[in-house]
Amino acid sequence: MILPRLASPNLAFALVALGVLLLLAGSYYGLFVSPQERYMGDVQRIMYVHVPSAWNALLLFTLAMGCALAYLWRGGWGWDAHHEALLEASAVLSFLLCVQGSIWAKPTWGVWWDWDPRLTTTAVMLLALLGILALRSAVDDPEKRATWSAVATIIAFVDVPIVYFSVRWWNSLHQMQSSPETVSAPFIVPLRLNAFGVLALMGGLALLRARVAARRTAKELGPALPPMPAGAALEA
Amino acid sequence: MNVFRAALYKELLLQWRTRARVLSVVVFGATALLLMSFAIGPDAGALRMHAGGFLWLALLLSSTLTLEASLEAETEQQALEGLLLLPVPPTILFYAKALANTLQLALLGAVLVPVAIVLYGAETARPLALFGLLVLGAAGLAAPGTLYATMTARARAKQTLLPLLLFPLVVPVLIAATKASSLLILGDPMRQLAAWLTLLAAFCGIYWTLCGLMFGLIVED
Repeated sequence: MILPRLASPNLAFALVALGVLLLLAGSYYGLFVSPQERYMGDVQRIMYVHVPSAWNALLLFTLAMGCALAYLWRGGWGWDAHHEALLEASAVLSFLLCVQGSIWAKPTWGVWWDWDPRLTTTAVMLLALLGILALRSAVDDPEKRATWSAVATIIAFVDVPIVYFSVRWWNSLHQMQSSPETVSAPFIVPLRLNAFGVLALMGGLALLRARVAARRTAKELGPALPPMPAGAALEA
Repeated sequence: MNVFRAALYKELLLQWRTRARVLSVVVFGATALLLMSFAIGPDAGALRMHAGGFLWLALLLSSTLTLEASLEAETEQQALEGLLLLPVPPTILFYAKALANTLQLALLGAVLVPVAIVLYGAETARPLALFGLLVLGAAGLAAPGTLYATMTARARAKQTLLPLLLFPLVVPVLIAATKASSLLILGDPMRQLAAWLTLLAAFCGIYWTLCGLMFGLIVED
């Protein structure tokens, strides 16, 4: 098998560097420049990493679903490699999202955890992502692994909004989403810097991870057979 | 339609011939129901309030056993590959298997309800509605369960893999079925039952369609 065409590692490293720079700038702005929020105090500043994690966890899961669809529809090991990388990146962000949410919830709501729709949906999404990654690690045949995990990703992706609405009917406490109209400018700058920072960092890491996945699959599928010399077929 | 009937007959025959194993699943479900009461304590009111949730948790835990068993015979001596050689679309095989699993789970639920009544006083004034709910909830578990069991039966660590994949997915089924059963057991003054049944039916509609479409992909490789 020939390695699929993947993005150049230089692009991935550039994205990682850009992400780190944006996160440094956004975090500096968020921690030292933007004013203290009136009601929540300094605890509110966790929003500058929490909200970007949430946006990017969902964005990367959506991209993983796109790769899963593309693999099933068009085939190609590049899609499978990116599918695997994006699943892992989204799982990392979902985990961070749950942790940051708990750290914020304890001083604000007085509890580490609450059965709120977004919180619960994130936890379910994290478990679903871990389940798909476990499935990938438990199947040796690369073709079966790629197809089955693509199917599982599509099924899990369809589940996320259903989980959200069912938990919302079941119980709700989380504050409503903020929008640029409800958040003043000094709060938005670090939020946007960090959102693009997380996107660039995780995007770059996912591109690098996809290269690892593609190389492993190439190794599993074995080298391409050398062309048969003339007359060899009869001897065999 | 004849093909579907034949496939369903084959599934039901298979379940009938392995009925000894079903008994152990019933005992497992009843044990789970018994154990859950120890988490709450001997408060009769609290136990009755949570009876619906206990019933569905016991059914969900037991479902991994029945789903796994329904695929076990197919993986022995490559029976599934043989089945796929027949001029039958894999979708039909899926729907037959999922329907057979639905029936089995609904019956298991119907057997567990009397246990819940004895242990938790979970009587309902509408037993027929409760049985309808059991069928609907079982259908919600069976469609994704059959699809995932088909994958995990041919993977490593299948005992842990199936719950890992299935449990997060069926959270809406668990929520809706638990709420609906509690309303049937405790009464429904606000008329909320229809909303939860609609959610359950919507979940079933989406996953019976989606899993039927996807089944061909995971067996034809």
